[in-house]
Amino acid sequence: MMMSTPKKILFYILLVISAFLVFFPVMYAFMISFMSGGEILQGKFFPESIHFDNYVKVFDRLPLMNYLINSFVVSFGVMLGQLVVCSLAAYAFVFIPFKGRDFIFFLFISTMMIPWEATMIPNFFTIQKLDWMNTYQGLTVPFFALAFGTFLLRQHFKTIPKELHEAAEVAGLGKFAFFWRVILPVSKTSLVTLGAYGFLTTWNMYLWPLLVTSTDQVRTVQIGLKQLQSQEVATEWGVVMAGVIVVIIPTLLLLFAGQRQLQKGLTQGALK
Amino acid sequence: MKADAASTPPKQFGLWRKSLNARTALLYLFPSILLFSVFIFYPMFRTIYLSFFLTDQQGAAALFVGFENYAYLFESREFRNSIKATVLFVLYTVPTGVIIALFLSLIANEKLKGIGFFRTVYSSTMGISVAASSVVWLFLFHPSIGMFNRLLNVMNLPGVQWLLDPDWALVSISISTIWMNIGFSFLILLGGLQNIDEYLYESAKIDGAGYWYQLRRITIPMLSPTLFFIITISLINAFQTFGQVDILTKGGPSQATNLIVYSIYREAFINYQFGTASAQAVFLFICILIVTILQFKLGEKKVHYQ
Repeated sequence: MMMSTPKKILFYILLVISAFLVFFPVMYAFMISFMSGGEILQGKFFPESIHFDNYVKVFDRLPLMNYLINSFVVSFGVMLGQLVVCSLAAYAFVFIPFKGRDFIFFLFISTMMIPWEATMIPNFFTIQKLDWMNTYQGLTVPFFALAFGTFLLRQHFKTIPKELHEAAEVAGLGKFAFFWRVILPVSKTSLVTLGAYGFLTTWNMYLWPLLVTSTDQVRTVQIGLKQLQSQEVATEWGVVMAGVIVVIIPTLLLLFAGQRQLQKGLTQGALK
Repeated sequence: MKADAASTPPKQFGLWRKSLNARTALLYLFPSILLFSVFIFYPMFRTIYLSFFLTDQQGAAALFVGFENYAYLFESREFRNSIKATVLFVLYTVPTGVIIALFLSLIANEKLKGIGFFRTVYSSTMGISVAASSVVWLFLFHPSIGMFNRLLNVMNLPGVQWLLDPDWALVSISISTIWMNIGFSFLILLGGLQNIDEYLYESAKIDGAGYWYQLRRITIPMLSPTLFFIITISLINAFQTFGQVDILTKGGPSQATNLIVYSIYREAFINYQFGTASAQAVFLFICILIVTILQFKLGEKKVHYQ
């Protein structure tokens, strides 16, 4: 599609203005993370010099390194757990015809109608009874099963030719071997999509870690931000913003790397 | 026993063989089913159960009170206020958020040089957590050194107590929420736009149709399933809002931003009233159930599918 030059210019103007407005809060936070208290009070947009004092300070004030490691462990844990649990379930839905499949499928759909917040009170007590408070298990295991993830993978598994299945049976490949050696390798893209999605949502989780953690040993970065903000609010915004930047960098990088993939995967999983 | 063994084996064996697939499938489905049972189905029933009881501090049911928790809630000024705030919040955030994301996805769907950069920027808020965004907005809303009041100041307008004024607090939370949700809605809508068959536009071009005509007659109708989906998701997300309230206002001032999930959280984990908190959770569940069912029913009828 060719576009006339004035129309092109108009679109570029709209694109640039929108990009500025959308990205402004992040840019501003980034700038402030380099400012001293005085500069912030003066209301400047650009810092006088680039120095990392605030970043050093934020690692001093909080066990931020600890929180970062926790967030990585928890996000990776949920990601792996979801990949295993969801791909097993998706495999059963696509490649094993069995009685009662519709019923089980309906069960999966019905989990999507139950908001997580409506079940958090008993879940909190379950974690307490399992003695999983302040543990990685408590932060990860409840999120391993995911209907959305199962549907996303099921959608992709369905596109795998049935002949492949038959050929594997002729070759004497067992069900699990077929799943492990054939299905998973050819589904790499959807697995990556689901993995990125799982990592992103877990990294950004707030309410659940707030409920099930009370010590610095297992706290995640999001709770760290809450602590930081309530400690520092009156004085050092530069330090607070340095914390914000440190926390958002991993997920922003992940998003920038996987934006196209994520977009495709999410639209597919959502609409079909 | 001998007779049994003699008469049943073939049949039993057949059934056992026939159910082989079902047994294998259940093996693969077992982790999901177990986790769903423990962390979704059981707690949902437990929540409904608890909503009929007064509870002790450990959350155990102590005294059956029937619908009294519900009666208490609907008479309580606090809860009615929370419903009102939630409904207003939905009205403030959902339409505006979807329209902004639609606008962004439309301009980012043009084939222009460097469009990938703009797409990345527009989807960026999806990578920023609610906690991080809230802290940034807390600063933007700061009464003296925040950017909004500085801008008002430059224009010689009086400053606004964004988060402290009961009339403004919910609006402020809504503005920050709209921003947080732009990334996700944008990504989904852009995906929807890219799924529209290019051929439709080409034939419209040949007929000499302009940009707005194409938008009205091709883009919006073809995008309607995606639009419908994103409206539903935004609605559900709005009902589930928690982080921004916790960080920006703590439900205040004078409970103007006490959205339903925050209200549940406070009732359960600060006041230890697990019975009434459960009743509120059931109410939330019903609201979301209605939205989801509406999506299924209306979605089938009103929306144009390919």
